[in-house]
Amino acid sequence: MAAIGPSGCGKSTFLRCLNRMHELIPGARAEGQLLLDGQDLLSREVDPVLLRRRVGMVFQRPNPFPTMSVRDNVAAGLRLNGIRGSHDEMVERTLRQAALWDEVKDRLQESAVGLSGGQQQRLCIARALAVEPEVLLMDEPASALDPIATAKIEDLIHELRERYTIVIVTHNMQQAARVSDQTAFFYMGQLIEVGPTEKMFTNPEEQRTEDYVTGKFG
Amino acid sequence: MAPQAHTDKVFEAELGALRDKLLDMGGRVEAALSASVRSLVERDSALAEKVKQQDREINRLEVDIDEMCRRLLALRQPAASDLRFITTALKIVTDLERMGDLAVNVADRALDLNQAPPLRPFHDLASLASLCEAQLKKALDAFVERDIRKAEEVLGDDDHLDALYLKLFNELLTYMMEDARVIRRATGILFAAKHLERFGDHAMNVAEMVIYMVKGTDVRHPHSREVQMPRP
Repeated sequence: MAAIGPSGCGKSTFLRCLNRMHELIPGARAEGQLLLDGQDLLSREVDPVLLRRRVGMVFQRPNPFPTMSVRDNVAAGLRLNGIRGSHDEMVERTLRQAALWDEVKDRLQESAVGLSGGQQQRLCIARALAVEPEVLLMDEPASALDPIATAKIEDLIHELRERYTIVIVTHNMQQAARVSDQTAFFYMGQLIEVGPTEKMFTNPEEQRTEDYVTGKFG
Repeated sequence: MAPQAHTDKVFEAELGALRDKLLDMGGRVEAALSASVRSLVERDSALAEKVKQQDREINRLEVDIDEMCRRLLALRQPAASDLRFITTALKIVTDLERMGDLAVNVADRALDLNQAPPLRPFHDLASLASLCEAQLKKALDAFVERDIRKAEEVLGDDDHLDALYLKLFNELLTYMMEDARVIRRATGILFAAKHLERFGDHAMNVAEMVIYMVKGTDVRHPHSREVQMPRP
């Protein structure tokens, strides 16, 4: 699913709630229910750390751990979750899943910051995939990348959506149209409309959605 | 509430220019039809030649409008009502161009018929022509005013047009049975009538696309949905 809307409309805030990252902001609170497989993610019984393993996140700017090698960046998620071992097999599998293996297989021990921006972003996706989440949240994952790197990320999203539920926030409406099955339009903190992407971009129900996708405000 | 304008003024102007160009083309097609029928009824061969000349301008507008639509699709990636407007323009421009050709076909019949002595006047031909013109005018009005009711009227009125054509057809048929010497001329008129009937069908296509443009629902071929192949 893709979330679109003008700056400050609440789409990133919504995304953060999905793995309770909003709790890291002082004074933030959430009301209502957020159900994943019938379980309310906002309930006190849910451990946010374990939740973030099930619901991974990729941010706007690639943020690999700068002091770590490519390999260690991927393995980091497992280490932090106390899973020991050499991880070699998992590192390769995950880097392949993130469509990065062929580009980095000979530089696994090199620093992650030596990779290009697009490679760094796919590395961050690999890091998120390493802990085998169910849901992957992406906050503007390609907005800092050039068109080719963006196309690679979008291609990757197409592959990953077979196995993971992906929720992506994007400023780029064409990107939302390209990668998502469902699109949600947010405006001034409200969800205005959600529906099949094709319908949202050809014949939306709500006038405000129509005005936004045709470039009449925002 | 007035419809909101696009934030990008250049885009807004480009859409306006596309609409104006379509209307210009529609107006010329209307004039061509009216002149072609006049050239036949009033036996004015010079006017028929003029219709043929002026069709070049209609053809040029088709190419221009296609180009404008392609440009807007490529550069603006339009969505929602803009997308429906531009794809509608792409479709109806083809209908308008065909309607221009049909006016030329009527003019050709006129040139041929004007060589021979007149048959008795066929008032239904003039009625058929004015109904065709009215259909196109209403379809274009529906397009400009985004008026579904008008578009639906066009769809409903096509039956009158077909009935009128059938009446003329039968009349000409009896006429030919009575007197074999008129067959060539009567066939010429019958062709002209058939061209007008087809003209009306194209006006109906335009009206159907207007409904799609405004509502986003495709009203064409309602029965085709029943035989639709299942999606893979």
